Amino acid sequence: MHLTRTLQPVLTSSFMMIFAVSYIRTYVTPEKTRKVLGGKTGLQYYLLASMLGAVTPFCSCSSVPLFIGFVEAGIPLGVTFSFLITSPLVNEAAIAALWVTIGLKATLIYILSGILLGVFGGYIIGLLKMEKYVADFVYKIKVGNQNRKLEALSIKERAAIAFDNVKDIVEKVWLYVIIGVTLGGIFHGYAPEGILAQYAGKDNLFAVPIAVVIGVPLYSNITGMIPIVESLIGKGLPVGTALAFLMAVTALSLPEMIILKKVLKNELIGAFVLIVTVSIIFTGYLFNIIL
Amino acid sequence: MKIEILGTGCSKCNKTKEVIEKVLKNDGVEAEVVKIEDVEKILNYGVMITPAVVIDGEVKLVGKVPDEKEIRKWISQ
Repeated sequence: MHLTRTLQPVLTSSFMMIFAVSYIRTYVTPEKTRKVLGGKTGLQYYLLASMLGAVTPFCSCSSVPLFIGFVEAGIPLGVTFSFLITSPLVNEAAIAALWVTIGLKATLIYILSGILLGVFGGYIIGLLKMEKYVADFVYKIKVGNQNRKLEALSIKERAAIAFDNVKDIVEKVWLYVIIGVTLGGIFHGYAPEGILAQYAGKDNLFAVPIAVVIGVPLYSNITGMIPIVESLIGKGLPVGTALAFLMAVTALSLPEMIILKKVLKNELIGAFVLIVTVSIIFTGYLFNIIL
Repeated sequence: MKIEILGTGCSKCNKTKEVIEKVLKNDGVEAEVVKIEDVEKILNYGVMITPAVVIDGEVKLVGKVPDEKEIRKWISQ
């Protein structure tokens, strides 16, 4: 009962946040994003791409069609990467789950770093001028016009869509929060209190890179990872190290590399993995300093 | 009626096919259901986020699994 009462304001505000993001999303489609970002250069477009990535959810199997669609629209390679890097890292389900489990401050810092990571990663890839490392067939594909009668949605319909999304996410996030508490309980029984703090605390400079390197090949979507991260923090892993691990698992993964291999040559995949890994490691240190 | 399901083979795409076939069977509607997994063909429809549903060449839905109500609306038209 007590837990419910203390959680209530957090839950109410996170529901409202999910609703707001879902409502905004009804205006943002990848087709519009293509038009807005096509042929644009300038740092502000990296930021815009990164923020659009945060509000556009897609599963990893859509990364290839999205990538080709963006490149075909004349969106610079770096700007395209800004979108692709941020999208799995920042989304409303993750924000809600993090908010409930690790608090508002750490969540806000996480969102900000996720968006900046996308901007930075994309910008570096842009600077490296790696267009020639995109598979040749990508430039030959013609993206058609969606032959679709789009009825303009009313405010009421948009609100209904957003409400449905809130329901979906609440169902999912609740489950994960409960799994997190249970896992935490199990760990509590087996691992001694503070064992991670002892070996992987803030004063161990290797903890962040090791956590990130372990996380890179692993694949999970972000909400699935949150209970694990929560129980690691419960065992004394610094919040920054845990968040860096979370970012590494969700932003980069072996299955995703295999999917992207269809459209990117090895040099570009290598650069992408390296740049994002190094940025996450720095973000981890930064988190540990701030939090 | 030709129903095309666009998707590179993720679980949501398979679910889309299942639910469409279920509604067709329940309602006794005849339709040709094809799964399109080729990225180029998917993009030719202007679709970047899968799963997507195309009925007789018209894109009906992009980026999510349709619910039964939506499918009934499309097939009754």
